[in-house]
Amino acid sequence: MTGLLADLAIGAAILALAAGMVAARSAFTATAFFIAYGLLLGLAWVRLGAVDIALTEAAIGAGLSGVLLLTAAARLAARPVATERAPGPLLTALIALCCAAVAVAIGAAILSLPEPTPSLAAEVAANLPATALGNPVAGVLMSYRALDTLLESAVVVLAVVGVWSLTPPGGWGGFPGPFHLRVESGPLALLARLLPPIGIVIALHILWVGKDAPGGKFQAAAILAAMWLLAWMAGLATPPRIASRRLRFAVSAGAGLFLAIGVAGALAEGAFLAYPAGWTKALVLAVEFALTASIAVALALLVMGPPEEEDRA
Amino acid sequence: MSLLLDGFTLVAVFAGILFFVAGTAGLLRFPDTSSRLHALTKADHLGLGLIVLGLLPQAGGVLPALKLLVIWALALLAGATVGPLIARLAREEDAPP
Repeated sequence: MTGLLADLAIGAAILALAAGMVAARSAFTATAFFIAYGLLLGLAWVRLGAVDIALTEAAIGAGLSGVLLLTAAARLAARPVATERAPGPLLTALIALCCAAVAVAIGAAILSLPEPTPSLAAEVAANLPATALGNPVAGVLMSYRALDTLLESAVVVLAVVGVWSLTPPGGWGGFPGPFHLRVESGPLALLARLLPPIGIVIALHILWVGKDAPGGKFQAAAILAAMWLLAWMAGLATPPRIASRRLRFAVSAGAGLFLAIGVAGALAEGAFLAYPAGWTKALVLAVEFALTASIAVALALLVMGPPEEEDRA
Repeated sequence: MSLLLDGFTLVAVFAGILFFVAGTAGLLRFPDTSSRLHALTKADHLGLGLIVLGLLPQAGGVLPALKLLVIWALALLAGATVGPLIARLAREEDAPP
């Protein structure tokens, strides 16, 4: 009963925040709603027993996307874009109709699911011992659906390439993002010195338990990226230039190693991304660690943004 | 004994919720940024602290209890640093150029 009440309250709050996001007049307000919405969505995932997704939603959905959107809102406020003419009443009605149709279709699809709901959970649970992993989510992500995870990690590399391609003329190869003066005293300097050691330990813990319990590379990478960004904002850590070969290697190493292991599986076992028997856990761990490092660097570079016009060096 | 601990949990968690309610009321009603931040950080620190205190007997072990305490400590650190940062920013924006 109390559980149902909590679920109803969380669901109602999520809907209210979504409505506030759509109705908000400024991009900043809408982003504030979006971050709160993402955090509550994380709670909803916890209530559904999907702690892995909850962690990812809170770290990537609310945290990282929130920061990216806030940066975008600040840039737009500083340099307003000439807006095209607002849609007329007919177009507005059409947009509303199409959005409503999508919502109704998704709702109908969920309500018309057969009872019991088709599921591969039993087969995953039965075959999990073969992967030597304790967390079924890790088993699905790194073994059964490894191709999806490989593509996801490649998308992050592509996103960095996309951000870098927005470099204004004269900035190519320079330091990513705005320059931050070194903060010598005050709360930011304290936090940037105190938090990273704790954050790095927590990130490694989340990465390490990910094979047997909720956690894993994306969540760990988001924390690591946040620690680097904190030191960057306090002016304590200068990121390498985007022309740096080591930086480029760091961004692409994880996906590259994953791809190489996949090709090796094709040669040795006859199937792309097949792990040789007995080697699953070791290879999965190697890929997870390499991917965590690469994704952390990539996520931080996404937040830092492309180099600016002038080369500071 | 367990009845006593459950009672302790109930009292502490409810006291924590009271602080959160008071902090939210302050956030909504107070006139300027500094007093709103004051209400918010007090509610966060004491409210979360009382809830964590109340949940300690229910954590089922020393390690989970320690994790709860670490979460509270991290929230304290975040509140103590982010609060002054926002306050400085608000003061800079309010000050005439």
